Amino acid sequence: MQSFSILSLLRRAFGGHASWQPQWRDAAPKAAYDAVIIGGGGHGLGTAYYLASEYGMRNIAVLERGWIGGGNTGRNTTIIRSNYLFDESAALYDHALKLWEGLSRTLNYNVMYSPRGVMMLAHNVHDVQVFKRHVHANRANGVDNEWLSAEQARAFCPPLNISPDLRYPVLGAALQRRGGTARHDAVAWGYARAADALGVDIVQNCEVTGIDRGPDGAVTGVQTTRGAIRAPKVGIVAAGHTSVVMGMAGLRVPLESFPLQALVSEPVKPVFPCVVMSNTVHAYISQSDKGELVIGAGTDAFVSYSQRGGLHIPAHTLDAICELFPMFRRMRMLRNWGGIVDTTPDRSPIIAKTPVPGLYVNCGWGTGGFKATPGSAHVFAHTMAQDAPHPINAPFTLERFRDGQMIDEAAAAAVAH
Amino acid sequence: MSALRTPTGGRIDRSRKLRFSFDGRSFDGFAGDTLASALLANGVHLVGRSFKYHRPRGILSAGSDEPNALVAVARDAARVTPNLRATQVELYSELRAESQNRFPSLGFDIGVINDVVSPLLPAGFYYKTFKWPAWAWQRLYEPAIRAAAGLGRAPTLPDPDRYISRFAHCDVLVIGAGPAGLAAALVAADAGARVILCDEQAECGGSLLAETAATIDGWPAGDWVATTLATLAANPRVRVLPRTTAFGYFAHNMVGLNERVTDHLAAPPADLPRERLWQVRAAEVVIATGALERPLVFPNNDRPGVMLADAGRTYLLRYGVVPGRRVVIATAHDAAYRAALDLHAAGIAVPLIADLRQTATGDWPEAARAAGIRVRTGAIIATTGGRRRVAWAGVAQPDGGTIEPVPCDALLMSGGWTPSVHLFSQSRGKLRFDAEAQAFLPNLSVERERSAGACRGVFGLTAALADGAAAGEAAAKAAGHGGARAPRMAVTAKAFGGGGLLGPAAGTAAKHAFVDFQNDVTAKDIGLATREGFRSIEHVKRYTTTGMATDQGKTSNMHALGIVAAALDVPLPQVGLTTFRMPYTPVTFGSFAALSRGDLFEPLRRTPLHAQAVAAGAVFEDVGAWKRARYFPRAGEDMHAAVARECVAVRSRAGLFDGSTLGKIEIVGADAAEFLNRMYVNAWSKLGVGRCRYGILCREDGFVADDGVIGRIAADRFHVTTTTGGAARVLALMEDYLQTEWPDLDVWLTSVTEQWAVIALQGPQARDILAPFVAGIDLARAAMPHMSVVEGQVCGIPARLFRVSFTGELGFEINVPADHGPAVWQALMATGAVTPYGTEAMHLLRAEKGYIIVGQETDGTATPDDAGVGWAVARSKRDFVGKRSLARASMAAPARKQLVGLLTEDPNLVLEEGAQLVDDPTQAPPMRLLGHVTSSYYSASLGHSIALAMLSGGRARHGARLFVPMPGGAIAVQVTAPVFYDPEGARLDA
Repeated sequence: MQSFSILSLLRRAFGGHASWQPQWRDAAPKAAYDAVIIGGGGHGLGTAYYLASEYGMRNIAVLERGWIGGGNTGRNTTIIRSNYLFDESAALYDHALKLWEGLSRTLNYNVMYSPRGVMMLAHNVHDVQVFKRHVHANRANGVDNEWLSAEQARAFCPPLNISPDLRYPVLGAALQRRGGTARHDAVAWGYARAADALGVDIVQNCEVTGIDRGPDGAVTGVQTTRGAIRAPKVGIVAAGHTSVVMGMAGLRVPLESFPLQALVSEPVKPVFPCVVMSNTVHAYISQSDKGELVIGAGTDAFVSYSQRGGLHIPAHTLDAICELFPMFRRMRMLRNWGGIVDTTPDRSPIIAKTPVPGLYVNCGWGTGGFKATPGSAHVFAHTMAQDAPHPINAPFTLERFRDGQMIDEAAAAAVAH
Repeated sequence: MSALRTPTGGRIDRSRKLRFSFDGRSFDGFAGDTLASALLANGVHLVGRSFKYHRPRGILSAGSDEPNALVAVARDAARVTPNLRATQVELYSELRAESQNRFPSLGFDIGVINDVVSPLLPAGFYYKTFKWPAWAWQRLYEPAIRAAAGLGRAPTLPDPDRYISRFAHCDVLVIGAGPAGLAAALVAADAGARVILCDEQAECGGSLLAETAATIDGWPAGDWVATTLATLAANPRVRVLPRTTAFGYFAHNMVGLNERVTDHLAAPPADLPRERLWQVRAAEVVIATGALERPLVFPNNDRPGVMLADAGRTYLLRYGVVPGRRVVIATAHDAAYRAALDLHAAGIAVPLIADLRQTATGDWPEAARAAGIRVRTGAIIATTGGRRRVAWAGVAQPDGGTIEPVPCDALLMSGGWTPSVHLFSQSRGKLRFDAEAQAFLPNLSVERERSAGACRGVFGLTAALADGAAAGEAAAKAAGHGGARAPRMAVTAKAFGGGGLLGPAAGTAAKHAFVDFQNDVTAKDIGLATREGFRSIEHVKRYTTTGMATDQGKTSNMHALGIVAAALDVPLPQVGLTTFRMPYTPVTFGSFAALSRGDLFEPLRRTPLHAQAVAAGAVFEDVGAWKRARYFPRAGEDMHAAVARECVAVRSRAGLFDGSTLGKIEIVGADAAEFLNRMYVNAWSKLGVGRCRYGILCREDGFVADDGVIGRIAADRFHVTTTTGGAARVLALMEDYLQTEWPDLDVWLTSVTEQWAVIALQGPQARDILAPFVAGIDLARAAMPHMSVVEGQVCGIPARLFRVSFTGELGFEINVPADHGPAVWQALMATGAVTPYGTEAMHLLRAEKGYIIVGQETDGTATPDDAGVGWAVARSKRDFVGKRSLARASMAAPARKQLVGLLTEDPNLVLEEGAQLVDDPTQAPPMRLLGHVTSSYYSASLGHSIALAMLSGGRARHGARLFVPMPGGAIAVQVTAPVFYDPEGARLDA
């Protein structure tokens, strides 16, 4: 792997940058691997990286239907935080947050993790109770999260309108200072490059069309648009299309897929220092390094595999943005897009073995999977390599919905993720 | 006036001179100018700095595709709009514009250092460096990068302008009022269709506005436009919307239009909104969005003075502006010859047409040669020179050799035309690549739309008019108006074909050969991306940022595709195409938000007794969309004091509470009881008429979803109450089950939340206070025990009177038709014996009794048993929603969290709601968390604080000592039963 540094950049500048090699090989699929991962998003690529780097599984491949990082990895609003309520969730997301902190150096790729602080606004008495419960639970779990008054919230985010005349005035906020953002594309590319350097095949334009099973029911490989591939271990990390792929193995999963939209404004000079989320009025906003205001909208009310939703969804979000930040009313929407999010009944992910031997699944991240990428990939790699869950993902089973052992962050917090 | 104006011609009003300023310097222009044309008329070509390298940039285009000429326009301190395209800003008197992204000035910008060190800043350089030390990205590198990035400055004050939103339906929506669109609208309207015609420009007419040679039906083009618009204006079924961009194409032929109403006015009238957002549902859509000219990719193609050929022609013919006195033309397409001829005819020197093609024959090149213009074929532009404006063009052979410097003060270029398929693609129509046109063209439609004219590769005025007319006829017919026939228009115009070039010409150096002008992406950057393995066009776009600027790649995307295809040596269609996304051009946030601001952000729900609460001095809280009275402070009282007084009043005499927000559903029908049996965990069959029961509703997963008292009004009629927040959700859940699972049941559901005003009269004196006001109701304990309901009269008004209590005291809830609520409230208040109390006191009173609030004690993870109301579950019922889930082993696990009470060892200490419970306060994080405080108050009635909590294995821990870890130290608590007040319920049954 060519080293990335200011020095290598300098050196190659003299050669007109002619000698840079591909960051990952454009691999063609081999006939057999020790494991394949279906889905070349951040979670799938990261899984491959940790399988290769920590578990010595290097004869593996990531199969991507289109181009890597083209699904929700490249479509989300890049918010990172770990101030979840339940012990199980806090452990998972804080595991990810700790990996974020060193990821650029681990991968030799600047993923631009920027802990600029994530502030969640409370607009009514119920919000205050819920957020304080989070703050107390997080503190006891060693996860940073603090309560701010409305005035403190505005001091942290000067554009914030804390007028009591707002339809839903800001009563306070929960702030996680280690929360922030990262560059989503760089996460996919950085994992791909590092995994490739360890021998992992990244196979793009390769759609899985079937899952092969032996007489004992165990996985033996996959059928793809680029031929059959044998593999004793198959990990499904297919986000919004997980239920489609799992269906190929005859498994039904408790997932619903919805279109989720986001948008950016035209770029402007730095004006917004942190991330602000308001679940009550549906506003999620930060400013990218390029200067665009990055704004998350909600999901459509109906299930769909179409990567677009109705106009009223982003419009409603902009209602809220214009109320909370009335100086942004003259800003302009530059680009709007949608992704397909896979949501579970308890809005927590499934990172687990399946009833089919050799088949593993990592899905159900709903509207908030990006933040978990390194942690999710890390524990899923453990699960695939050891055929047993890591202690952190042990509670995130498929069976919990059957057995009633939910990790219901949404119900507990009434927050989006 | 300026020597850079033609003596006559153009569509500007030379009688209306307008003064404006740019970067503080005053200039003159004319009505009908854009800011761009007016600046050019004053010889100002340097108007901005590029995003990354801060290179001097001029005006490239004459329309919404402009990547370079971005300015901020300020009307006043609050009305500042950044990033506007000067080519779209209509001039008005005293317009003030500023350049952007430069420091200290446009002429001298220190950011240009980035251009000097540009070899260090290739595409994606930031992924390769800035990784050490760990803290430095956020604190050092990122702030520097952020400060350098961005374009204009965001406004700093709240926007005082208004925006509105409209919905419209039509038979035929025509998008684009160029020749094809005008013809389509004319024919469709003639057929009797209701037509909406919109165009992004101030004037309708499109390319016809700069057409001086052609005639249509014998009319000069401009006159034909005027006649056509007059015809359309006279038709009451037609609405013409200029300055209106169709920005998005949504499912089922819904098209979003953004109309800019006042931005072009010097003094906008107060009664007009700044913008209007139209959501148009059209039976048929005609897309007539034309085509955009492509630049050419050659070194230093970004100097001010380098302009698209047709833009130069448009400035000359439409705005009467001379784009340069000595203009070199560089082209890969015939269209630039027309520009050359028009410039030549205007007396402007055209020293050379450098044509990349090996041969240039046909009408246009021959006409140029005949006019004496030198044409050099097989010639590339090897470079350009000049500091703040192009001064010469270096012309060369593709295989190298000497560079011929041709002095000039403007360079017009044409790489051919790119059909504007944005909206077609947004409609999910499928494109195909047409090799002859060198363009993607509409192929398979998904929506009921058709493209017409240049946007589907039909070039040339004659063909575009005929194509538009045919599309108008077909669209009208498809919408049910088959009357008209597309007329044959007699047109005199010379035609062009498609073609042109994608990517740089062979032999062109890639360095400083800009593809995306605004984001400073060069052919070299795109080459680097492909070398680094970015093969999908989506990857190239994201890695280099080509096509991601505010113009969204209108002039650059096809070139990027061409470069990638050549680099990978694959056919262009195989590289793929990036997805076209809304909006076509940027749309103001305020336009989407429209009237959803202030109190209209979300409709406010007020109870029928709101005015009474206001009169009584209530402080309100938001509960869902409702405003609820939280407490009623008297002079000098804070919330704590007011609530304590209100609680004592209820416990000692009587209080009055507005319970109108409670959800209310009337369930009627022969199977009403059976329906409730299936929905709620309780048993309902044996509930007698006139009796009430506390009902618990679970979700399918067995967790508590809602609760409320349900009264049986008749054998086949129940009055169901829900939580305030749950009203709509519960009704929807019930309808879902009724319609999809049990359609055989004879049951009707009706929301009656807003039909009843609900007044809770609670306290030991409640019966005595109420007695004088009732008729036909026996209030005696035996006749009307706790949990009963009767119909009768209160204050002479038909009422449903419930004897229920959420306070633990003797209590009634008086339901009267909503309009009569105030009268009853006032009558009871007039007794002087009651104290109004709010939600805060209500919460405290019920907590003293250990009554749960769904959503506070429960959080979506609690079963009825967890919440201490497991007694309500009729386990012997055959089925109810959630029954199967409740039977799972984990639902009976001893470690489940259960409702308990907590008493602090310090009776005056009030725990914080949400605080956690542990058994060992000395453990290090992560601590073993046993539960949390759900409700916590100081009880004035009891003289000490109380709290409710959900605690793991809680019911087995009564009497245990636990701790609440707080930042200031742990607080010791004792676990108790959750009922603190009148556990026997004697007061309830009084």
